[in-house]
Amino acid sequence: MEKQDGRVAAELRTDDPWYDAPASGWGELDGTGTPTTPVAPAAAGSPAGTGAADGHAARPGAAEIYLEVQRSAAFQQVRRRYRRFVGPATLAFLLWYLAYVVTATTAPGLMARPVVGAVNVAMVAGLGQFLSTFLLTWAYARHARLHRDRDALDLRWSVFDRTRSEEHRTRAEEHRAAAGERRR
Amino acid sequence: MSGDHQTLALLLFSAFVAVTLGITTWVSRHRHGSAEEFYTGGRLFSPMENGFAIAGDYMSAASFLGISGLIALFGYDGMLYSVGFLVAWLVVLLLVAELVRNCGRFTLADVVAARMRERPVRIAAGTSSVAVSVLYLVAQMVGAGSLVALLLGGTSEAARAWTVIGVGALMVVYVTLGGMRATTWIQIVKAVLLMAGTLALTVLVLLRFHGDFDALLTTAAERSGHGKEFLAPGLAYGGGWTARFDFMSLGLALVLGTAGLPHILSRFYTVPTARAARRSVVWAIGLIGGFYLMTIVLGFGAAALVGTDEVRASSAAGNTAVPLLALDLGGGAGSTGGTVLFAVVAAVAFATILAVVAGITLASSASVAHDLYASLKRPGRARKPRGEVAVARLAAAGIGAVAIALGLLARDLNVAFLVGLAFAVAASANLPVLLYSLFWRNFTTRGAVWSVYGGLVPAVLLVVFSPVVSGSPAAIFPGVDFQVFPLQNPGLVSIPLGFLAGWLGTVLSRERPDEARHAESEVRSLTGAGAV
Repeated sequence: MEKQDGRVAAELRTDDPWYDAPASGWGELDGTGTPTTPVAPAAAGSPAGTGAADGHAARPGAAEIYLEVQRSAAFQQVRRRYRRFVGPATLAFLLWYLAYVVTATTAPGLMARPVVGAVNVAMVAGLGQFLSTFLLTWAYARHARLHRDRDALDLRWSVFDRTRSEEHRTRAEEHRAAAGERRR
Repeated sequence: MSGDHQTLALLLFSAFVAVTLGITTWVSRHRHGSAEEFYTGGRLFSPMENGFAIAGDYMSAASFLGISGLIALFGYDGMLYSVGFLVAWLVVLLLVAELVRNCGRFTLADVVAARMRERPVRIAAGTSSVAVSVLYLVAQMVGAGSLVALLLGGTSEAARAWTVIGVGALMVVYVTLGGMRATTWIQIVKAVLLMAGTLALTVLVLLRFHGDFDALLTTAAERSGHGKEFLAPGLAYGGGWTARFDFMSLGLALVLGTAGLPHILSRFYTVPTARAARRSVVWAIGLIGGFYLMTIVLGFGAAALVGTDEVRASSAAGNTAVPLLALDLGGGAGSTGGTVLFAVVAAVAFATILAVVAGITLASSASVAHDLYASLKRPGRARKPRGEVAVARLAAAGIGAVAIALGLLARDLNVAFLVGLAFAVAASANLPVLLYSLFWRNFTTRGAVWSVYGGLVPAVLLVVFSPVVSGSPAAIFPGVDFQVFPLQNPGLVSIPLGFLAGWLGTVLSRERPDEARHAESEVRSLTGAGAV
């Protein structure tokens, strides 16, 4: 009974992954307060949304779909692009921050050296942390928008599609089985 | 402090309370009590709205009052908080926000449980989330108390206690009646108020020095009584190696803790997609960065205009530097301008505390109901969302009571410092398990459980045996001495322990990592497939 409900909810889902297509360069334009998605609360009951623990029992085919997608070249490209940016960037900003903290504690003499007027090395380094944070934020958002968003969305759509056709198939089989039952 | 201050401040504050209660009622008029609505506000907020709400959740009274106060007292060493609090957002943006939005539903435990055996993982992650939230709540309560002490002249202990109780009661009302939707709108209103108030004060400080930052620093150094040393690191943490390691410990906790804060993680679920989560973090980084830059100006401004000794005389922990600065900027005590500005600052700080407290309470009630209650009371049975929301409402009231009690107990500690502790626990217990389950293919259930407890238990124990709790004049229990651990902030030891325990648990577990579930979790986290 529970399974049946879940499947129906998944079918009725109005959630179309295309709504958030990264069409415009000015990504912030829809920050106007209007809800951009029709994510129905009903989605809460759909098997796709309830985490693997509940989801698995409901769809035996789903695991294979995810494994296939994980092995696909398209997904591996998205993952590679993400990791190639995030890995070095994380390492860089963590090292830069740790260097700043360690220098501040172990070499106060160096940090106290004046640069311009009352501004010393410590102040420049501190404000440099702010600047580097802003720059990296901008760079990451740009990288994700240009190199990752569209492909990720395609993959999301293809998983959605395959999950649904898988469900149709199983349901058709059940129908046939049920029909056979009646004939007997 | 004159009666005018109090009347005006109380008036402004009452207006804020009235507006927020109005929002709460307005938002909850079409309530249908689903868990989706209570925990996430229906996931329909725009990136900009959520960015403001994140900033509102994050820019606590601890930042507004505590950091500026520490800068006014110790000069450059207070700036570490500003830098650490901001850089931490890079961890959130790059490693956490999008993936968490894609993988989870309501809480941190959702993300981890997607790959693991659900029950033990939920109990572990739920416990640590509640622990972090309660610590963070205490910090906010202490801020509320000390603000009132200043407002009413610092004499009436009873008034202070009643404020803490009143703040606690209000937050319970917001959360239980309004859920995430009301809480989010309160955060947005508060973020706007706080940014406007801080901006106004910053502009006034800079105008006083004719836009000359150099003159501001020079005057601050002169009036602090420390000279040039005030502008260089070392005043607060310059002593022996203990103090230096304390500083590094704090620095580590600040940068790694944010990504483990339950109330920050739950904010990503209020937007429809991972892309929206990313854009809301970009908004938040802009707002938060601007805010912390301004706290630096306010801190040095307070040292320059009010004077370090005066700040210390008013509040030994420095929490009252900004209100005193506002008084001075408006024209000094007794002037109309001073009265107005002081009242505005006090009201903004109140609003800040109320909003942050509501956000944390909501997140921790979600942990209690969605993770702990659901796993402990009814294992195996299907969860009814309606029952779960009722439990969450009760949990909010319970957590409110605990926070009030602890807030009264810890009232003499610096707020920013208390927040540092909460961050250390979040970084030790929540961050390792989150990063491992998002990025490590072979991570197992045992690894997840060990990494949570392996970070949480040492962090809490080290705090208990630290000079914060006993064995020093400023401790919570100054009379007794069971201090063993020398550092005030446990992060330097407990964060590596959390990561180590997670690795060890995984290596030592007999369970084979589930390839299919890892595939599902990885594909979902990076593409958003199957996300709610």
